[in-house]
Amino acid sequence: MADKIKLTKKDRFAVAWRSQFLQGSWNYERMQNGGWAYTLIPAIKKLYKDEDDKKAALKRHMEFFNTHPYVAAPIIGVTLALEEERANGANVDDTAIQGVKVGMMGPLAGIGDPVFWFTLRPILGALGATLAIGGNILGPILFFTLWNVIRFAFIWYTQEFGYDSGSKIADDLSGGLLQDITKGASILGMFILAALVQRWVSINFAPVVSTVALDPAAVIDWANLPYGYEGIRQAFDMVGAGYSQSAYRVTTLQSNLDDLIPGLAPLLLTLASMWLLKKKINPITIIFGLFAVGIVGYLIGLF
Amino acid sequence: MDLNVIQIIFILIIAFLAGAEGVLDQFQFHQPIIACTLIGLVTGNLEAGIILGGTLQMIALGWANIGAAVAPDAALASVASSIILVLGGQGINGVDTAIAVAIPLAVAGLMLSMVVRTLSIIVVHAMDAAAEKGNMRAMDVWHWIGIIIQGLRIVIPAAAILLLDAATVQNFLTGMPGWLTNGMAIGGGMVVAVGYALVINMMASKEVWPFFMIGFVIAALTEITLIGLGVLGVALALIYLTLSKSGGSGGGNHGDPLGDILNDY
Repeated sequence: MADKIKLTKKDRFAVAWRSQFLQGSWNYERMQNGGWAYTLIPAIKKLYKDEDDKKAALKRHMEFFNTHPYVAAPIIGVTLALEEERANGANVDDTAIQGVKVGMMGPLAGIGDPVFWFTLRPILGALGATLAIGGNILGPILFFTLWNVIRFAFIWYTQEFGYDSGSKIADDLSGGLLQDITKGASILGMFILAALVQRWVSINFAPVVSTVALDPAAVIDWANLPYGYEGIRQAFDMVGAGYSQSAYRVTTLQSNLDDLIPGLAPLLLTLASMWLLKKKINPITIIFGLFAVGIVGYLIGLF
Repeated sequence: MDLNVIQIIFILIIAFLAGAEGVLDQFQFHQPIIACTLIGLVTGNLEAGIILGGTLQMIALGWANIGAAVAPDAALASVASSIILVLGGQGINGVDTAIAVAIPLAVAGLMLSMVVRTLSIIVVHAMDAAAEKGNMRAMDVWHWIGIIIQGLRIVIPAAAILLLDAATVQNFLTGMPGWLTNGMAIGGGMVVAVGYALVINMMASKEVWPFFMIGFVIAALTEITLIGLGVLGVALALIYLTLSKSGGSGGGNHGDPLGDILNDY
């Protein structure tokens, strides 16, 4: 191996530019996978001259991926570095690359959503909107300019940061650092996936299991509270002291399940999907099946 | 107010940008403050457009796509309400009516969004086939088809409002039966499990399953945020790696049977 194939700054910029279209083919099966592969195409074109290597690279980047569209940039940077090493003969396997992607996507989405969607956009949006409500054209112009400057600067510099860090990881092959990272990434990946299943898959069973009439002494006596704010204050005090606001305690199937552990149904659904996928059932079939279950379940009052 | 052909073409281009951006979420053409202003600009209603955009923007400040959840659709709300504002011909006085129309449309747009995100499964399967052949050109084209479908998601309702009258379109979009929209929303909460199942199948091994169990229980029974969980996950991985090494390098050093077992993996 005489020359190392390197990704130039121009190649990396082409990737960063394409990453802006990451969510273009967002789908319920593998989410951002199409956009991820689309983003990496300039790098894959440069790195893999051999036709089979190229196909393998394209296929491994069509796997499931989903994160906040801007914080994908550092993950892309690390992936570029790992792919570069692989193309130059280093032993970076598919699991390592997928492990790094999955391990980073959850926590980074946890940063991107609050920072961009719930802090920066509301602030810039409110700034622009305040001017715009008065009919001032500066409102939209300011919002558009500031947002896009911050956004693209973030994408480019964090991608470069990821690329530099990724190169350092891959340089230290003899120290077994990469093997450690591979294993560490799959540990982190599994840990985070469990949390994502628990927090982001939502199922809510509506049926009422039992309705129990409570002892009148444990219920707030709404009819005989003092009038006005004094009554409101007393009601809040009573709620705080554990009095019930209604004469009946309603237990739904969901609250029974939550007593076992919240998220049990999403977990079982995920395990069932894994099992179906292992049985070579098409993911699309499962997805349409679940939409049908949702509609039927709503009609019969299950959800 | 009557629009000429050039104005209609411009409106449809803006509708396309807003639709594509509704999923890309980069340049922000789908945000009311931009989309309404642009439609106001090309139709000669700049001031009314800016005011409508600013007012709607205040309402839409917290709308965001989180994870796999889809937010109320700012793109359809902004484009449709601006067109209605322009057609109404009342200028600034029409802003309130336009806003009243925008909110139900944002919810109807969410439904269209979910339909397109299901259709995109076909797009990525075509990309799979292209990857199999190593055809990067075809992958690019298919990805852009995905983006174009997202654009058309707003262009088609916009064109319908321009051609028909606004009330017909609004009745059609908001008249979807409750069992369909509610059922789809419930299904949308569940289908994300399929994506996670695909990745878990890929990463799972006997060695890493315990970490899945720990992650699930911690996420279920604590309020720790995803960032917090990320830090915990990194810490767990570091501890595991260090322990499995010290067992190996030490050999009989401290006679740690657990370390030896871990090292044997």
